Amino acid sequence: MNTALSRQARRAFSSSARRFQAVPTQKPVLEKEFKIYRWNPDEPATKPTLQSYKIDLNQTGPMILDALIKIKNEVDPTLTFRRSCREGICGSCAMNIDGQNTLACLCRIDREPAKDTKIYPLPHMYIVKDLVPDLTLFYKQYKSIEPWLQNDNPPAEGEFLQSPEERKKLDGMYECILCACCSTSCPSYWWNQDEYLGPATLMQAYRWIADSRDANGAERKERLQNEMSLYRCHTIFNCSRTCPKGLNPAAAIAHIKMELAAD
Amino acid sequence: MMSTRSLGLGSALRKAAFSPRIVRNQVILRNTVAKRSATTSTQSLPSSAAAEILDKQRLLRPSSPHFTIYQPQLTWLGSIANRVTGSGLSVLLYGFSIAYLVAPGTFDSAHVVEFVAGLPEVVKYAGKAILAAPFAFHSLNGLRHLGWDMGKFVTVKGCYRTGYAVLGATAISTVVLTLMK
Repeated sequence: MNTALSRQARRAFSSSARRFQAVPTQKPVLEKEFKIYRWNPDEPATKPTLQSYKIDLNQTGPMILDALIKIKNEVDPTLTFRRSCREGICGSCAMNIDGQNTLACLCRIDREPAKDTKIYPLPHMYIVKDLVPDLTLFYKQYKSIEPWLQNDNPPAEGEFLQSPEERKKLDGMYECILCACCSTSCPSYWWNQDEYLGPATLMQAYRWIADSRDANGAERKERLQNEMSLYRCHTIFNCSRTCPKGLNPAAAIAHIKMELAAD
Repeated sequence: MMSTRSLGLGSALRKAAFSPRIVRNQVILRNTVAKRSATTSTQSLPSSAAAEILDKQRLLRPSSPHFTIYQPQLTWLGSIANRVTGSGLSVLLYGFSIAYLVAPGTFDSAHVVEFVAGLPEVVKYAGKAILAAPFAFHSLNGLRHLGWDMGKFVTVKGCYRTGYAVLGATAISTVVLTLMK
């Protein structure tokens, strides 16, 4: 009895300090509507729909990914999307936000409450569930360009050497994280993705063609020398416009075209 | 044994050890005691069945929406305009040429000039503008493409600058061509 009382007294003392602390100001509720593409593989006959979610932006982080995570945690746990690093280096959360392909983790929420934000999966892709597209073909295309150093004559001693100028050619290409934003923004890729390689894969193809250490450039170029693999690029520039890493796949493709023309 | 006795777990453990096996099975306990609905049932499949399930799912997957939801941008709308004007001008050229081959008496220059001369002024100007705009746009955008193929303006900025330049030049050319007597 005695110990219980003293414990209560101690607790009262320890919590009374809070009274002197500043009271956190309550932020007003800033409600915003998110319309998100939904499709459930367990009910394949039901057509894909846009589902509306309203959340308070003042209780949410600044990025679209924060909003998606909040919706999944607090409103609807069935909402499905890919995410991993939340800092634009893994490329998992690529999706179409307000009509543009970008990474949800790098895309700020438009804080205008009157305007809803529409979130779709990457355009013209087969959908596994909700915002998750099937990227099997995209990865197969990347594999098809053999994205590794090919050189049968390694230096007798040490590593391959490269001049600073030669190394500089790879800047703006090696940073690609293969998020597929560019390829799925390309109308040519929409209509011909079974044969056209698409901007992401083509830029990586050029990354190896341009590498001074690689000895297989001629064969790499020969594989692109057909109507479909490369030449379905009509210089539309959607790829460079949408790249969340600020890279320029269109320029890489233009360089391949010029090198092929000079062959 | 000392620890179980001091924690008071001895009797509980003994109870569990001598109770029928089925009650100890947590999965069965959960499924029977909690009375899961009769519709939920699981089916045991070998891992080799995964491919077939995936194939079945793949057949049913919808394709996500594309041009209907993509933001209208000068990049791809300009490209579509280039295609549409190119096709339109080609259809006109081939259509007229074939028509001339089929009926040279009706579609020769003299008859065409005579037909157009008889039209009211408004129709003449409207017709000229409708022909001039796609012609000007397609020709000027062709120059833009030649620039790109030479490796010029291959940046987003270059694409937008040349794009607006082509639109402006198209507007001027259309007016000039329409007013040309």
